[in-house]
Amino acid sequence: MTEPRPPEGEGPAPAATSVVIAFRLNGRRVETLAPVRLTAAELLRDQLGLTGTKVSCGIQVCGACTVLVDGAPASSCCLLAVDLDGTEVVTVEGLAQGRELHPVQEAFAAANALQCGYCTPGFVMMTVALLAADPRPDRAAVREWLDGNLCRCTGYAPIETAVILAAERTAP
Amino acid sequence: MTGQPEAAPVPDPARPPRRDAWDKVTGRARYASDAAMANMAHAAVVRADRAHACIVAINADEARRAPGVIGVITADDLGDLGRRFGHIVCDHPILAEDKVRYYGEPVAAVVAETPHEAADAAERVWVDYEDLEALTTAADALASETLIHEESYAGPERGFLGVKPKADTDNAAHRAELGWGDVDAALAAAEAVVETSAAFPLVYGYAMETYNALADWQPGGLHVVSTAQHPLMVRKELARIFSLPLAAVRVEVPYIGGGYGSKSYTKLEPLAAAASWATGRPVRVDTDVEGAMHTTRADGAHVTVRTGFDSEGRITARAIDIVFDTGAYADNSPLVLTKSVNRCFGPYRVPNLRVRGTAVYTNTTPASSYRGFGAPQGALAGEMNMDMAADRLGIDPTELRRRNLLEPGGTVISGKRGLDADLTADLDAVAAELDRHAGRGHEPGVRRGRAVAVTASDAGASPISTAQVRMHADGSVTLLTSSTEMGQGSRTALAQIVARQMGVAAAAVAVGQSDTLYTPFEWTTGASRTTTVVGLAVKAACEDLWRKLRAMAAESAGIDPDEATSGGGSIQVAGADLAPAAVIREWFGADAGEAVGIGVVRGHGETALLPPFWEIGAVGVEVAVDETTGEVTVEHLVTVGDVGHAIEPDLVKGQDLGAATQGLGIALWEEMVYEGEQLTNPNLIEYRVPRFTDMPRRITSVLAERGDGAGPYGAKGAGEGALNPVPAAVAAAVGRAVGVWPTELPLTPARVWALLRSAAETEAAGLAKPPTAAGGAAPSTVRGPAAE
Repeated sequence: MTEPRPPEGEGPAPAATSVVIAFRLNGRRVETLAPVRLTAAELLRDQLGLTGTKVSCGIQVCGACTVLVDGAPASSCCLLAVDLDGTEVVTVEGLAQGRELHPVQEAFAAANALQCGYCTPGFVMMTVALLAADPRPDRAAVREWLDGNLCRCTGYAPIETAVILAAERTAP
Repeated sequence: MTGQPEAAPVPDPARPPRRDAWDKVTGRARYASDAAMANMAHAAVVRADRAHACIVAINADEARRAPGVIGVITADDLGDLGRRFGHIVCDHPILAEDKVRYYGEPVAAVVAETPHEAADAAERVWVDYEDLEALTTAADALASETLIHEESYAGPERGFLGVKPKADTDNAAHRAELGWGDVDAALAAAEAVVETSAAFPLVYGYAMETYNALADWQPGGLHVVSTAQHPLMVRKELARIFSLPLAAVRVEVPYIGGGYGSKSYTKLEPLAAAASWATGRPVRVDTDVEGAMHTTRADGAHVTVRTGFDSEGRITARAIDIVFDTGAYADNSPLVLTKSVNRCFGPYRVPNLRVRGTAVYTNTTPASSYRGFGAPQGALAGEMNMDMAADRLGIDPTELRRRNLLEPGGTVISGKRGLDADLTADLDAVAAELDRHAGRGHEPGVRRGRAVAVTASDAGASPISTAQVRMHADGSVTLLTSSTEMGQGSRTALAQIVARQMGVAAAAVAVGQSDTLYTPFEWTTGASRTTTVVGLAVKAACEDLWRKLRAMAAESAGIDPDEATSGGGSIQVAGADLAPAAVIREWFGADAGEAVGIGVVRGHGETALLPPFWEIGAVGVEVAVDETTGEVTVEHLVTVGDVGHAIEPDLVKGQDLGAATQGLGIALWEEMVYEGEQLTNPNLIEYRVPRFTDMPRRITSVLAERGDGAGPYGAKGAGEGALNPVPAAVAAAVGRAVGVWPTELPLTPARVWALLRSAAETEAAGLAKPPTAAGGAAPSTVRGPAAE
């Protein structure tokens, strides 16, 4: 079944389907050639090796792929990589300061707010966004904010605990 | 009905986090979906767009010429490889051969340099079909003369745990029966006979990491990284398909992004491996949610229960019929059916019993294991039947169960382990918590209902497990096991067992990932077995390690091995107390070396009697039903984790809430919907799973630790138990709230609204009775349930 690669046709060279983009990723400048069809999640995971961002539903329902773009949470599975041009992007890999975990990461670990862990980076990023917008959320606000993130293992209650814990530790 | 939710439990600051916590909160945890190999190619799967059809021709010329394509593989390209897999019935083609049997079945794989190129080219593979009669329900498949499988697949590969090949004459994949006594006579003589029928939906496990596999075939060897819960089962099938020795097949399973049984047994691994063999490149196969829903689901079921009672409310007989919708290939469903047959009648004294189960091939996604393994399907009708009987007999439903529950040590099934649990105490704990927080007062437009439910499952935890502990020259220990970590926290719990047995800190115990090249044999990671069965293997390995250390110390001291003793975390030789690390260093004559202990569990000793434990489910729910919309809110969820001994209490509670939440999903939202031949909701918008705001308004998680398990320190398994009775409890609670017993799940707002309408019509016809307290006594003459 394996065949020699057929010629891809003659004639004029094909037009470019990639563009050069530049953005700041976890505080560092990145300049890369991005195919226009590439999603931000594919760029992060497959080209830049940051596999902490997870893809699950693929249609912006589950929140596993949440990253911060200019401080706002975004589903990287449904965002084109080229649209990152000129932005400031933070992923789960960008939260810890050296060996020091971010308080939200600390709280998720302390509260056992994870099991399989596949949703965890997305929840952590959304929680960072929540606490930036509302440093002292009540439980109803936590549920409302995190309703766009799915977790199949925990039943959510430990995540709620983690978010409240993180708020207590970080609120001014 | 709504309002500010209750506080969630506060973590115990004294306990260190789970050992995978750092990996997982930093995004550093490695899953199969993150795995890559040098020179890796990507496969896209071409899937059937009809449910049942002969393949006339496949034209892949255009795809082969597409940019980046390395090759297109169909069944004709598999050479002398084994064509099919299936650990019970070898009925599942790697790629469809002469016909397709379900919408979404893999027909071809397109291998290309990038996932996009593979996906684009897959659109250019043209398949000509000749349609056959599509049988998308079990009833249709049983009634039709069209066979989904013409063969019974009898042959040397058949047979697994006593499952026989199917007959060549119908669409039944498997039949199972259980019974004793004279059911017909007992039902004829019963004071009351109560009948319940209920339909359990087709459910997709939705592990957030969808099925994926990466395979690297080389002459004489195969290396696979995948999401397999049971790497040793996959290794066995791959070895057969590729005619390789077991040792030449390496199956590596890093962290698994959710399993719940849905990743049991072989899925995409043969396809990835065949693609690698065909192209000479390492090949990744990924699925999106749609592809995952076309890979495996749980068995749907229609179950009918008839129970006879005497005047005191004691069960005199139960007759139960189970029909599973098993989908196009058997996978693990024959075993799931057998377990459902064992579990459907409940942990009650049933003097006369007849259960008949049939797993039916249909032209839908193949079904297999899912958390609960046949128990939720059976319990839905079985436990709702107890509630209906309670109403009929005028006995409180909790009291009716108390009168029938088996006592500790009681015989559920003759010849099996006696019941290792106090179910009456568990049920009383549930009822007390439920009553304590019962919703009070009348809220206009809202109806409330409460219900309890109980299950006991003969844990399908085959007692075959090996573990290796290696103590290093500083006394720290590495534990090797092929048990997979999919979130249950087994590495944390097993490390605790090593720490306790060897007298070292848990922080001095490392636990490796499962990798068949290095880690010892493990039957499966399923059936809530790990803490109990693997725990016993780990304990035995530690005992073996102590034996080795005593022998080493004796040899160094020049005395007989029997003269060395161990205890209190050290070895005693000739009056001296030696640390294990000192024994190792002295024996090797250097600050080096290690001592290795091996532990084995088999059907022998503590685990000779099956099941190794009964997995208990004891739950209660209170629901509120919005009369206008039919929307159901879970006001209170109570779970009792009857686990014997909780090695990591927070992790056990986490299992219970997670399992119960999946049960709520089945009860209220989750259902794969077929319209004609096609699955119509293969995505997470239309297949709705529980969300954050669906969380019960109050959650009560109780642990019952009576040390009555066969596992380490009296432990028993957890993980499935809290799911099993939840769909039944929710159905009964909604029935009580609405005044009509549901007959099918999930109880979506539309279905509940229809139930409300039907109740209103009954009331208008003057047939209704006065409402009674939810869960309380009701007059015995009315067919519908008591409404509050």
